[in-house]
Amino acid sequence: MKLLYFAWVRERIGVAEEEIEPPPGIATVGDLVGWLTGRGEGYAYAFENPNVIRAAIDRHHVRADATIGGAREIAFFPPMTGG
Amino acid sequence: MTATIRLQRDAFDVAAEVERLTRGRTDIGAVVTFTGLARADENGEAIAALTLEHYPGMAETEIARHVDEARARWPLLGVTVIHRYGRIQPGEVIVLVVTASSHREAAFAAASFLMDYLKTRAPFWKQVEKPSGATWVAAKEADDAAAARWSAAAAPTPHRDAAK
Repeated sequence: MKLLYFAWVRERIGVAEEEIEPPPGIATVGDLVGWLTGRGEGYAYAFENPNVIRAAIDRHHVRADATIGGAREIAFFPPMTGG
Repeated sequence: MTATIRLQRDAFDVAAEVERLTRGRTDIGAVVTFTGLARADENGEAIAALTLEHYPGMAETEIARHVDEARARWPLLGVTVIHRYGRIQPGEVIVLVVTASSHREAAFAAASFLMDYLKTRAPFWKQVEKPSGATWVAAKEADDAAAARWSAAAAPTPHRDAAK
């Protein structure tokens, strides 16, 4: 599945997008954040406060307990500041 | 009902967009226009410019979802939403919301609703350039509270074209 990162999440991780295959047992968005946090310093820094991170699966806003099975694209970003 | 949703780098012409929405219409009695502009200050500090990052694909569909919700809640005859992205200087336009209806109550309410949702759920992120460097603007609790009031309000029955 494709992961997309925006704003300071993107800056801290160092990439705008990547293709990943999460290991079995990673079922929810929250699980995925936990797994990503362990992948390196940039990820740990980006996700240091998970409560502040927002996510979208296939371009729909979702919460941390949303399941990721079948997702094609998951995006992580800070609270939005459009308008 | 005509709904125009555009994301673009370039500035837009407010009067031209309103004219485009109302041209030839004799059923529209009320048009409400909101224009968001870039200020030269952010949290008391002077800024040279701001840059809007966005999630292409999701931004358009998310705005369209909220336009659909506005149409379900209020008897609208036209809606235009234009949101810029990229680098924007103080004084320039950022966002436009135009709503049209037979009577004013729906046009005012829908414009306010759409702006509250654009501020909190449209995937854009603002970065400002200050003398000390570029920083990301933090989301405001007041914006979340404003958006929440539309859920707290009693869900309206399917709209009737009431005279107000």
